[in-house]
Amino acid sequence: MHEVDMTKCLLISLNEWRDRRDNTSAMVETVHLDVGRFTCVEPDQLVTTYNAAVQGSWLDGSRLTITEIPFIGRCLSCNGTYDPVPENAYRSPCCDHPLEEIVSGRELRIRSIDYRSDSAAALESSPIQRQR
Amino acid sequence: MTPQLPLSHLQSSASAETDTPLPAMHMPLEDNLSLNLLAANTHQADHNNEQFQRWDLICFNLMSSPGAGKTLLLERSLPSLARELNMAVLEGDMTTQLDADRLEAVGIPVVPITTGRACHLDAAMVSGGLNLLQQRLDPAALDLLLVENVGNLVCPAEFDVGEHHKVALLSVTEGDDKPLKYPLMFRNADVVLITKIDLLPHLPVDLDAIRRNILSINPDATVIEVSALTGEGLEAWHRWVRHALVQRKSPIPALATA
Repeated sequence: MHEVDMTKCLLISLNEWRDRRDNTSAMVETVHLDVGRFTCVEPDQLVTTYNAAVQGSWLDGSRLTITEIPFIGRCLSCNGTYDPVPENAYRSPCCDHPLEEIVSGRELRIRSIDYRSDSAAALESSPIQRQR
Repeated sequence: MTPQLPLSHLQSSASAETDTPLPAMHMPLEDNLSLNLLAANTHQADHNNEQFQRWDLICFNLMSSPGAGKTLLLERSLPSLARELNMAVLEGDMTTQLDADRLEAVGIPVVPITTGRACHLDAAMVSGGLNLLQQRLDPAALDLLLVENVGNLVCPAEFDVGEHHKVALLSVTEGDDKPLKYPLMFRNADVVLITKIDLLPHLPVDLDAIRRNILSINPDATVIEVSALTGEGLEAWHRWVRHALVQRKSPIPALATA
């Protein structure tokens, strides 16, 4: 269950994002991830883990959406792109070349965050803001 | 921390306050981050790596499925390398004290990393191991630090711990299709040791197919066939270790900090 550790990393980044922007009032609606198909991440498991991990936190109610990025290699023999598959040992079907360049599929990226920021609500609900 | 209002509450209260116009801040915002999902681990791994640079040592991350022979490889390799190198092991694959005892018996300090039931080591666990290591010895006196990862071909491949090189082991008993089933591990490895080759006469396994599959996924990999039991191939592995050390010890300064 490395998705648990990936979720921990994600939450650290989201907490840093909030602290860096002083966005104590930010209410995150959706976190958009790009996950390549040549990673060891199971998107469904990551969403499940995220939903469990944010319960009771400032991210409670937010959604994690994952866009899967296809695994594409480039054949350095003819410069064409191809879908590497295990049945062909990830070699290029055009020239039977080994997998050298990976064009996409290794992404593990927080692409963007959709959020609402309400300064009035923040003053009401955030003791940190009130002290200032 | 004060619990934040649920989103539905914000929306309903916002629409109820029709007499006061909504400030622009109510509009949904989008922040384009394009941030590495594993940034937190990467930061810690970079920090570990900086520490390795300060200590002027080189670190290998040893990975394989359970039972591929990581511990026996260390047990047979390290006494031979110990004549020329100062080494220590961070042991992350220890369900019992047994593995550590086997290495301590050959005079190599072994620091256990407590993983609980983790399926891989991450950079923070290794950082904890480095703190324990410092309590026991001066890491600056080391040439080589070997991190023995948890036996698993899946997730250790995705979590850097700050190592200079990834070393993957694959035993011939696992079958020649394993590089294709766990491609990420073999793609990311700098060197792949095909272990237990003494068993080849007894197995319907194609050594050339193993080698070909590894090199199809990772044409840059160095592939070395070894038997820790008979010692066959160990010298080739030791040459690779020495070569990695020589390369690291004479870096181009401008590149070393890059």
